[in-house]
Amino acid sequence: MQANGGAGLSFRRSRDTRERMIGALLFACAAASTLVTIGVVAVLLGETVAFFTQVSVVEFFTGTRWEPMFQEKHFGVLPLLAGSFMVAGGAAAIALPIGLLTAVFLSEYSTAGLRKVLKPVLEILAGIPTVVYGYFALTFVTPLLRSVFPGTDVFNAASASIVVGIMIIPTVSSLSEDALRAVPEALRHGAYGLGATKLEVSTRVVVPAALSGIIASFILAVSRAIGETMAVTIAAGNLPNMTLNPLESIQTMTAYIVQASLGDTPRGTIVYQTLFAVGMTLFLITLAMNILSQWVLSRFREEYE
Amino acid sequence: MSDPGPSFGGATTPRGRRRRRLGVLFAGLCAAATAVGVLALGVLLTDVALDGLPSLDGDFLVNFGSRIPERAGIKAALAGSVWILTLTALISFPVSVAAAIYLEEYASQNWITRTIQTNIANLAGVPSIVYGILGLALFVRFFRLDRSVLSGALTLSLLIMPVIIMAAQEAIRAVPGTIREAAYGLGATRWQVVRTQVLPSAMPGILTGTILALSRAVGETAPLIMVGAVGYLAFTPAGPMDRFTVLPLQIYNWVSRPQDEFRALAAAGIVVLLLLLLSMNAVAIVLRNRYQTRN
Repeated sequence: MQANGGAGLSFRRSRDTRERMIGALLFACAAASTLVTIGVVAVLLGETVAFFTQVSVVEFFTGTRWEPMFQEKHFGVLPLLAGSFMVAGGAAAIALPIGLLTAVFLSEYSTAGLRKVLKPVLEILAGIPTVVYGYFALTFVTPLLRSVFPGTDVFNAASASIVVGIMIIPTVSSLSEDALRAVPEALRHGAYGLGATKLEVSTRVVVPAALSGIIASFILAVSRAIGETMAVTIAAGNLPNMTLNPLESIQTMTAYIVQASLGDTPRGTIVYQTLFAVGMTLFLITLAMNILSQWVLSRFREEYE
Repeated sequence: MSDPGPSFGGATTPRGRRRRRLGVLFAGLCAAATAVGVLALGVLLTDVALDGLPSLDGDFLVNFGSRIPERAGIKAALAGSVWILTLTALISFPVSVAAAIYLEEYASQNWITRTIQTNIANLAGVPSIVYGILGLALFVRFFRLDRSVLSGALTLSLLIMPVIIMAAQEAIRAVPGTIREAAYGLGATRWQVVRTQVLPSAMPGILTGTILALSRAVGETAPLIMVGAVGYLAFTPAGPMDRFTVLPLQIYNWVSRPQDEFRALAAAGIVVLLLLLLSMNAVAIVLRNRYQTRN
């Protein structure tokens, strides 16, 4: 800006120093995000290793009893895994078809005006705090289930599945709709030109063309269901239970972590370490699913130009 | 896209009629699926409002929690939520915006940038309870911040920062390149371009993303249980090192009691929480609309 004499030169030098410092500061903030990941992994790994010096890996992954707080302790994580997957499976059974059909409706059938109203309304479902879903499950869904199936436990997996399913509908519908709408109009017109009906165009042309985005949304939604905590803690119970009956009380990985941390868990005790071993298992499962979802999206993306 | 679909050959043959009937059936199925989500939302909100509104009065807002349902209120939880909201905003906003500025305006396309970007996307998918475990080990135990408001706010900041960063990046990316070039042409430095041109244009979008992320933080329960927030407290925090409770946690505390009176209190608490979130979202929508009309 100034080019006259030494004053300008020193001004420029101090300005350059300032610019470099600001650049470094901004970089530090961006790089800090990797420190968070390193922190998560380090914290989980440290206590998990300590846990496995006392409990064998084989017992952890093959044991069918999870009783870390009993006099005679058992550390088989399978009941918690089964609980998490049962709730997530039930939620997926609800959210995947409903979410996909919603996406097809919004993208292929709805008018632009209707879509503009429906999309934000559906996304409210994802913004409601999960503790509210827990309340809804316990005070509305469970009594409903018990009136249909009188033998249902007060705390049961089905009730949690239903509300978690509702919660993740927007994940499926929003992401799938984006994928469907990215399919070029020319493809639809080509199919119509061959005499296809709207149903045939939607299900045999548009959905297959958007399949990578749809599958990615499915995986992401299931991963969210596995990581869901409060609704399952409130509605599904705290009974580690290897069962296939969704009307029984179970415990998920997330619910166990909450239950254990609500009690007194001094550092260094085995119960404290189970938090991290279970947390690590949960972290690895959801991370693997999220990476898988991104991989599906990039690997199988259809490019239309 | 809303065209009825061209009439196809053989519409009057049996096969054509079947295809048409199937088409109508499928359209109905899609509409019904969409209605399920909308209906679920309606039932949920109605259920909570019917259960909660009778217990919701002035006393409920100014009383502390109590073993006697008639006297119980959410003063401590409301104050705690406001504390958490403020501190989380103060911590997460500057760092996230700085990170977004770096990634959009400063970073060159190399493996470091790509690693940071991938990492942020992955962090956004980590379950909130895992952040709670991190907060417990790092802030509560390692940095000895104990079960304080600050521990909670730091934990929630880590949780929502990826969301704010990605929203801010999108807002910054939407600023036209010509504005930057014009400023550079006048001799502005990179930081001057960012501070005087890019940030002011991107700010409404950044703020919208931040408010939405903060409303997620306000609704979080699990990570705060991990860092030791409690469900019952008879005082409001006076400083960042005090113990605290928040609305969702107070609600959880009431939900987990078997008596119906406490369930009603939980519902009343939910109404307050939803109203708080609704007002935050209203601000975000106003900001977004102003932003859209300006461009």
